[in-house]
Amino acid sequence: MVQFTLPKNSKITKGKTWPAPAGAKRTTEFRIYRWNPEDGQNPRIDTYFVDRDDCGPMVLDAIIWIKNKVDSTLTFRRSCREGVCGSCAMNIDGLNTLACTLAMDDVAAPIKVYPLPHADVVKDLVPDLTLFYEQYASIEPWLQTDSPPPEREWRQSHEDRAKLDGLYECILCACCTTSCPSYWWNADRYLGPAVLLQAYRWIVDSRDEGTGDRLDNLEDPFRLYRCHTIMNCSKTCPKGLNPAKAIAEIKKKMVERQV
Amino acid sequence: MRTLRHRVRGLGPAHSGTGHFWLQRTTAIANAALVIYFVFLFVTLAGRSHAAVVATIGQPVVAILLLAAILSIVVHMRVGMQVIIEDYVHGEAAKVTLLLANTFFAIAVGLAAAFAVLRISFGL
Ligand code: SF4
Ligand code: SF4
Ligand code: FES
Repeated sequence: MVQFTLPKNSKITKGKTWPAPAGAKRTTEFRIYRWNPEDGQNPRIDTYFVDRDDCGPMVLDAIIWIKNKVDSTLTFRRSCREGVCGSCAMNIDGLNTLACTLAMDDVAAPIKVYPLPHADVVKDLVPDLTLFYEQYASIEPWLQTDSPPPEREWRQSHEDRAKLDGLYECILCACCTTSCPSYWWNADRYLGPAVLLQAYRWIVDSRDEGTGDRLDNLEDPFRLYRCHTIMNCSKTCPKGLNPAKAIAEIKKKMVERQV
Repeated sequence: MRTLRHRVRGLGPAHSGTGHFWLQRTTAIANAALVIYFVFLFVTLAGRSHAAVVATIGQPVVAILLLAAILSIVVHMRVGMQVIIEDYVHGEAAKVTLLLANTFFAIAVGLAAAFAVLRISFGL
């Protein structure tokens, strides 16, 4: 539902300023969103100073540094720290992206870090993505075939394989989906860019025999057609993918099977 | 209590949406051409006498193009507004009321405009 103001208990308050470590010569200021479901307080913005001579170059390095050296309660997700797992997605300087592939020097300080927008917050920088994952499951993201399985693998020509480029690289970080205004207002019924890009990944797969069922499942004013080509998704994708184009391709297929 | 899966599946796919999408694109293309024609007509008729304007609109080709423009614009307006209502209004009662109002409004505007054109072109 459209909301123009934050509910009372979500209003952000001024938080704590943690002093720069003694003797640090080069520091970068961070302002980080904090919320703890257990203390009954409103969210707040804490200020930290990261010692650049003691820390790697990426935003994620800084956040890990803060957790290790300054404030162990800071909560966030990360795993691969090289842009392949998708867990460190957050809103940095107003853009949804991966903290591990964004250099501190590429963002204006103070560097503002928030959880992905318009998702329930579990704690600090951790958004609740359970609905997102369930929507992903709903497109049945696996190869579907009825033909008897071949003795070896299902074969695919080079040209057909090339059709999966720009799709298979998606790491399901949810940067795009949580940047999409249509998803903000209708997350319950609209599948959002990431899941639709994944759906298209199976729709164009030459080996998959479930294409018609897949399209049937998306033939809906909300599931697919809430996309109004606003393009936030393609602008924000940290992997340089183009979900808006994938969605347009699904719509083309929908028309194609009717005319 | 409903499971997340129940929530995502909802009432299932509506098996429609493409028709609406196609209609929106079709009328958008038609609008582009017809609105250019309308502006052209407006510019050429500006400042002419009442009798000259009535005579021009009385020509079958002009009247038919105007009627086509009215139809296309009104249909486009209706489907576009429908999307906006569905985007932003989530209360079921408010939504249905607004969708109905939207349809009736589009029909009223379309019929009034068409009536005006017909009346002029048949010289009533
Ligand atoms: S399309 Fe890009 S932004 Fe969206 S989930 Fe995949 S990798 Fe992330
Ligand atoms: S192009 Fe579609 S999916 Fe992408 S942000 Fe816009 S509405 Fe959302
Ligand atoms: S930690 Fe894996 S993508 Fe950033």
